[in-house]
Amino acid sequence: MFDLIQQFADWLVYQALGIAKESHLGSSLNFFVYDTLKILLLLFLITFLMGIVNSYFPIDRIRNFLSRHKLYGLEYLLAATFGAITPFCSCSSVPLFIGFVKGGIPLGVTFAFLITSPLVNEVAIAMFIGMFGLKSTLIYAGSGILLGTIGGLLLGKMGLEKYLSEWVQGVLAQAKAEEALEVEEQSFMQRLPTIANESWGIVKSVFWYVIIGIGIGALMHGFIPTGFFEQYISRDNPLAVPIAVILAVPMYSNAAGVLPIVQVLVQKGIPLGTAIAFMMGVVGLSIPEATLLKKVMSAKLIAVFFGVVTVFIIFSGYLFNLVL
Amino acid sequence: MKTIKILGSGCGKCKATEANVREAIAQSGIAAEVIKVEDIQEIMKYDVLTTPVLVVDEEVKIKGRVATVEEVKQLLA
Repeated sequence: MFDLIQQFADWLVYQALGIAKESHLGSSLNFFVYDTLKILLLLFLITFLMGIVNSYFPIDRIRNFLSRHKLYGLEYLLAATFGAITPFCSCSSVPLFIGFVKGGIPLGVTFAFLITSPLVNEVAIAMFIGMFGLKSTLIYAGSGILLGTIGGLLLGKMGLEKYLSEWVQGVLAQAKAEEALEVEEQSFMQRLPTIANESWGIVKSVFWYVIIGIGIGALMHGFIPTGFFEQYISRDNPLAVPIAVILAVPMYSNAAGVLPIVQVLVQKGIPLGTAIAFMMGVVGLSIPEATLLKKVMSAKLIAVFFGVVTVFIIFSGYLFNLVL
Repeated sequence: MKTIKILGSGCGKCKATEANVREAIAQSGIAAEVIKVEDIQEIMKYDVLTTPVLVVDEEVKIKGRVATVEEVKQLLA
């Protein structure tokens, strides 16, 4: 299927526009057209598939399930997995957090969800498939879920409840398991318009990030020589991963804007593992998110939360470099 | 008169919802009061997990996504 897009890009740039194949401009433009079309197509496809899953497992049902079931530790893995399939919006992280606490879901399980939700999301997955292939995507999603699970377990063990802000502690004191939820039955055809609308909305909301990200990527693709970064950030430099992650945490963008640039960095010699760790730092943790969480947690708790996740991302960076 | 509340801490989607609500009111000509609720403690009283949320006469109608102009018009009708 992607061959067809490549053929179209070749035809458009080299024949219709008549730009020489060997030129920097031709190479950049071809890359831009091919990548943009491919990514937009994948974005719509994946958000649509995730939309179907979400329609059957909406967040209210997930909370209800986690609130009513104690699963001997498995709830951490479940929460992280649910976090991955739930579309993330940073402005929903606070209501989600409170809602989970209110339902009597342990703090660690809530963190497991909160860690994976921005880290592994439908936009990141769609773009990952397009840029690094299915195998890398599975490793990425799998390690993101693992990271959330272990991170949640660890944070849960630390007894951090006393660092929640006062009114959240009040909520915690009144927390109770929920009643079983009444689910309204809808046929697939009834759900379809909302699902399609939603995925169209997501594609629209990241559209300019994709265009700008791929645009910058395309310029770098055409103008920076292959292997350029290798001389600075090589596989043998043990500090490359932590430096990349620590640089990434304060940056704020979504996967749509970062991934096209990451792809080019990899083509130009940065190890894939280091690049993924960088991306996880950008999308998984951000200053705006910390500011929002300030309403429900003390600065100390946010620092512990960010610290633990940062360390875990650095570890996974090393791990990726070993396996990929 | 109907009271419409938009719950959300001021992100892009919340603003889009507000715009759609105002558009729907203008188009249908129904008298309605629009209130934006940005305080998180106030929002949590409605027991929602995702924002934006559209509340019509204290009943949660749409949550976690932007309500379209058509949807709002139907809810007001």
